[in-house]
Amino acid sequence: MLRFIVRRLLQLVPILLGLSVLLFAWLRALPGGPAQAALGERATPERVAAYNEAFGLNENIVVQYLKFLGRAVQLDFGTSARTGQSVTSEFLLRFPGTIELTLFAMAFAIGLGVPLGYLAAKRHGGFVDNASVIGSLLGVTIPVFFLAYLLRLLFAVELGWLPGSGRQDVRIDATHITNFYVLDGLLTREWDAAWDAVTHLVLPGIALGTIPLAIIVRITRAAVLDVVNEDYVRTANAKGLSVTTVRNRHVVRNALLPVSTTIGLQTGLLLSGAVLTETVFAFGGVGSALRQAISDRDYALLQGFILILAVVYVLVNLLVDVSYGLLDPRVRAR
Amino acid sequence: MSAPTLTPGGRRREKIDELAARAGTLSAGTGGESLLRSAVRRLRRDPVAITGAVIVLVFLVVAVLAPWLAPRDPFAQTLLSEVRQGSIPGAREGFPLGVDQLGRDVLSRLVYGSRQSLVIGVVSTVLGAAVGMLLGILAGGLGGRVDTVVMRFVDILLSIPGLLMAISVSVLLGANQLSLMIAIAVTQVPVFARLLRGSMLVQRDSDYALAARALGVKRRTIVLGHVLPNSLSPVIVQATLSLATAIIEAAALSFLGLGDPDISRPEWGAMLASAQAVLSVRPELAVYPALCIIVVALGFTLLGESLREALDPKFRR
Repeated sequence: MLRFIVRRLLQLVPILLGLSVLLFAWLRALPGGPAQAALGERATPERVAAYNEAFGLNENIVVQYLKFLGRAVQLDFGTSARTGQSVTSEFLLRFPGTIELTLFAMAFAIGLGVPLGYLAAKRHGGFVDNASVIGSLLGVTIPVFFLAYLLRLLFAVELGWLPGSGRQDVRIDATHITNFYVLDGLLTREWDAAWDAVTHLVLPGIALGTIPLAIIVRITRAAVLDVVNEDYVRTANAKGLSVTTVRNRHVVRNALLPVSTTIGLQTGLLLSGAVLTETVFAFGGVGSALRQAISDRDYALLQGFILILAVVYVLVNLLVDVSYGLLDPRVRAR
Repeated sequence: MSAPTLTPGGRRREKIDELAARAGTLSAGTGGESLLRSAVRRLRRDPVAITGAVIVLVFLVVAVLAPWLAPRDPFAQTLLSEVRQGSIPGAREGFPLGVDQLGRDVLSRLVYGSRQSLVIGVVSTVLGAAVGMLLGILAGGLGGRVDTVVMRFVDILLSIPGLLMAISVSVLLGANQLSLMIAIAVTQVPVFARLLRGSMLVQRDSDYALAARALGVKRRTIVLGHVLPNSLSPVIVQATLSLATAIIEAAALSFLGLGDPDISRPEWGAMLASAQAVLSVRPELAVYPALCIIVVALGFTLLGESLREALDPKFRR
């Protein structure tokens, strides 16, 4: 198992290097280059020249890349043109919100998706089955931001049941230690602040969770259908094991293997920036920052965020692979 | 399959073709019927496939015949004088779906918008599939070091989540129609490359490829003439599905302000994005283009899924 993990970690090295080359080249290829990125659109030529001199942008491109890589390893991605803050601190400020949102969305998708997929497979061809197949097709084809707007219009604007923007009511004077608002509320025993943060997660969480929900239903359904037809299930039934035992020990356990992979991959995708959903709900996480950076042409922030998010995505995928190796011994052998 | 018997000289080719064909139908199941024919037979009995095909067909017809089908000029701001802050005229005689916030007929704009969606979907899919397949053929056909290098590159592309990748390309190339299509195509490239390579690797180890190699057929002929055609079915399926994703992704990029800035081309994604500003006044303005996107994407998805089932031997029960 250790060898499997080490091998997977080593395979990451060229991917991470490649990523850094791509994003380094990306900033260079932009009109104006890194100087414009750091100083903003209206920088005078003199300031650009001074910047180029100060940051060694007149040096050999390979030397520049190595310096960029050296800084990136120390988590230094430059400063945001808009706020003047370091990109890393901007990221750390906003990432907890995105993590909370992702966890909520995935809890929604798994909590609803796995039982639905199981039921659909159990009643293969029945009403639940057909409804979930159609529903999961719709879930994948509906534009996320449209769904988000609909939810917001209906439940926040018209009915007023749930908050439709932000992460917490501004009137609540909450103490923030970790920037995980729900966790902060729990740590400081400010229960109303924690609850308020949770209510702010509901609508964006449902919007964000729809695609994973649709995919999880499909995969669970297919996996259960596959397993139910396996010889060992027939054997278990023939042995006279109770329906519950067969279900829990044989069907669900084996069907959850592919489902767990899907859950991992989807979590990675959601973490990497719920740009659309966060924009609609002005959520203030990583996604909102990316959207803001696109309209502000805040290239340094875009570069840093995309690089960090891609690394997060790669690491989550690695975790998924490793956990798959733990769950299924056949994978390790490969 | 029995071991290939060597026949001298000119009969080799026919022999291999025969072997290849037999191997193809063997893996395809049902005896004596070509993969394509059995797929078509299966599709014609499948209500899901028919639904998908009908949707796609209607969409194509509307897009091609847009100038004749649209009841009005999609740019004429006919009812602009009646648009006020907080009030947009609704459906009425001659304007079955009402007008947008600039007083333009919504139905006509939807009809014309189908052309943009078609162009964006087809061009970005063809672009993504072409580049991806080229990489896939290189990796799967040549193998060895080429395979390693190409696949490492593909893995790097895959390590950037799709939307972020599309955003970076769009930002780099500027907001216009071509860069929108390239941005979507780039996200498809690694998918096609991996898919074709994987499928070619399976075929390369098959009996007919082995037989061809044993008969001394040139590698290029084996790869391009035998392995490639037999590896295409997952690519065809993916292309159909990617038409759906392209249309949805185009809408997302439009929403982020990275769409086509040319207002002389009505586009569903842009209509949906601009309707958000007046959502509380007239939510229908967002609902109509969204429905168009959903239905067309659904059509391509249904067609793609049933194609997958028809072409995949695993599903043939």
